[in-house]
Amino acid sequence: MIKSRLKIYYLIVIVTVVCFFIAVPTIPVKFNIGQYKIDTAIGGDVIEANFPIIGNINKKFEFKRGLDIQGGVHVVLQADMQEIAEIDRLNAVESVKNVIERRVNLFGVSEPTIVTSKIGVGDSAEYRVIADMPGVSDTKEAIRLIGETAQLEFRTLYEPIDGVESPEGLIDIQGLGAFLPTDLNGKDLRRAEVVFNNSPQGTDSGPQVSLSFNIDGSKKFAKLTQDNLGKPIAIFLDDQIVSAPTVQSVIADGNAVISGSFTVDQANSLAIQLRAGALPVPVKIIEQQEIGPTLGQVSVKRTFIAGVIGFILVTLFMFFYYGKLGIIANIALSIYVLIVIAIYKGLIPGLGAIVLTLPGLAGFLLSIGMAVDANILIFERIREELLQKKPLGIAIELGFQRSWSSVHDSNVSTLITAFVLINPFNWNFLVTSGPVRGFAITLAIGVIVSLFTGVVVTRNLIRVFFKGAKVT
Amino acid sequence: MIKYIENRKFYYILSGLMVIFSLFFLLMYKLNVGIDFTGGTNWSITTTLNMDEIKSIIGANKVAINRIDGTETEFNISLEPITLDQKNKILDQFKEKDSLIIENKFETIGPALGKELLIKTLIAVAVSSIAIMLYVSHQFKETVFGVSAIIAMVHDIFILIGSFSVLGYFYGVQVDSLFVTAVLITLSFSVHDTVVVFDRFREVRKNNPKAILEDQINLAINSTMVRSLNNSVTTAIMLLAVFLLGGDTIKWFVLALFIGIIVGTYSSPFVSTPLVYEWLKRRK
Repeated sequence: MIKSRLKIYYLIVIVTVVCFFIAVPTIPVKFNIGQYKIDTAIGGDVIEANFPIIGNINKKFEFKRGLDIQGGVHVVLQADMQEIAEIDRLNAVESVKNVIERRVNLFGVSEPTIVTSKIGVGDSAEYRVIADMPGVSDTKEAIRLIGETAQLEFRTLYEPIDGVESPEGLIDIQGLGAFLPTDLNGKDLRRAEVVFNNSPQGTDSGPQVSLSFNIDGSKKFAKLTQDNLGKPIAIFLDDQIVSAPTVQSVIADGNAVISGSFTVDQANSLAIQLRAGALPVPVKIIEQQEIGPTLGQVSVKRTFIAGVIGFILVTLFMFFYYGKLGIIANIALSIYVLIVIAIYKGLIPGLGAIVLTLPGLAGFLLSIGMAVDANILIFERIREELLQKKPLGIAIELGFQRSWSSVHDSNVSTLITAFVLINPFNWNFLVTSGPVRGFAITLAIGVIVSLFTGVVVTRNLIRVFFKGAKVT
Repeated sequence: MIKYIENRKFYYILSGLMVIFSLFFLLMYKLNVGIDFTGGTNWSITTTLNMDEIKSIIGANKVAINRIDGTETEFNISLEPITLDQKNKILDQFKEKDSLIIENKFETIGPALGKELLIKTLIAVAVSSIAIMLYVSHQFKETVFGVSAIIAMVHDIFILIGSFSVLGYFYGVQVDSLFVTAVLITLSFSVHDTVVVFDRFREVRKNNPKAILEDQINLAINSTMVRSLNNSVTTAIMLLAVFLLGGDTIKWFVLALFIGIIVGTYSSPFVSTPLVYEWLKRRK
């Protein structure tokens, strides 16, 4: 009995210490315990520690700030699936997502969130890709970057022959003529990058996009240049002509250059789009949100201060109402705050860091007010038992025992709501949207952690602090 | 011991009036629904231009421009959905007159999205209500407990939605997706609070099987009252601090939570528990 209680004490202390170090900002720690050397830099960003047996631990713990706090772009794209057979649509939207993911990563966005969602069933179902790009300031470029299909094509000039009907797939460009499709396209690319090519005359031609083809593409390109010596080969992007240089010589090394009147940003985007590949289906933007970085930071600061003041007021209330027991509840509540912050920062491996939004922060503060509920239930019960002239030790034990069913049943009801909203089996008729699920996850975390601190931690703290009273 | 249950007619009238008033206001004036549900564009800028200048540059008919409370230069512009290109054209025009204009936020939502979120949330609410009803009925061995808990919950949600219909009518407060979250919190809080009273009643019944029903119910309400009030106080302290000192964007969300917590606390002893009483009394 004593042994198992000791184990629980150790568990509480370890959990508290670990969560403390994850939750608070960086503090360097260097000390020795007996033969173990602890040399750590623990804090808001990184935990690096040399543990015996477990070995090296090196993990970054940090808040994942939501778009409303950090600023950034949120875009919902809808894929046009008209041309795609129903059974292939899920694959198609998945590859749209992959292409967009590659583009966003190449654009240099840190921690983008890109997910797909399917709305409705059967033929009328809609397929969407939702992209959150935190910290992006050039929103115009970012949205253009991910929204374009980027279908690269090489076309040759069509020379009409009298009496022969024009072939299909011609694109007519005013002043240049009609262009025929070839077998060379974006899929044959190996690399695309921005180059600044100063012409021999010393005039700056602006940024260009240099292409190099893979082996197959090089062969096709060599044949194409051979067949069209002295004639133009046009480069098309999404059925729009970008440039139509005239072939001067046969190019066998598989390198080409797209020059247009690009700005540096445009050239960058084009290179990224070409490297990431074309979208398999066209997409259109149905929702977008741009949030400036200052708005959220001011609000977060104010909400944070409000939270600190609220926390102090709650602890004062608990202290004045419940005295010594209130102090214990306040210690448990502080541990609650530390654990929840640590979980938000990514303590639980499978869950990862929780995206922190402004409403999420408000929800967390609300949960602080509600987390003392279990304590209040238990303490009221202890008071009742004391009123019936029971000794303190017995009253405490009875208080815990008799309030357990209330604590259990009421919290299970809340967990049921959270479970339905989290929608763990991804049922289509339930909520699939991010924010509602995010809220439900934080709700569930709050309930479970408050059960631990409100019941387990409080009970063991009482056993330590009320040693004078006879605990049976 | 306060004889709460004797005054139940008073609670019924009070709750009935609040629900009827909420429904009436909701049917008459609806909710002031934000672009999360209707679709549209919301654009927030900081500029030295005045309201009329902004209006004349945008030029659209259906446009609402509001200065954000407590600021001189921050404006919120709501209009029909516009594309990024359209917005940038307007921005260029702004820049001609005020080169230092800052964009704080721009969002555009297609009309279909909001409706879908609303429907799915309603389904989720229905599913979790049924699940809770089954769970509570099972835990307390009688269906009446589950049904009463859900009736009290629906009562709370109606009053919360009704309050926002009133706030929308008089103060232009909009209902957005955050409000949906507030409704969900109210839902779980309401049941959570009710179960605590029920649990006490179950225990009282077990320990005093011979006592009359009125006394059992009164004892259960009396012995959970302080806990209910204290739990609401600590929760209200946090919410009030955030409402008064926190960021503007979540002000109405926090108020919604506040209303939800108050009615959620009220309905446990004064709606769901008297309903259980009515049922058990008639059965006997």
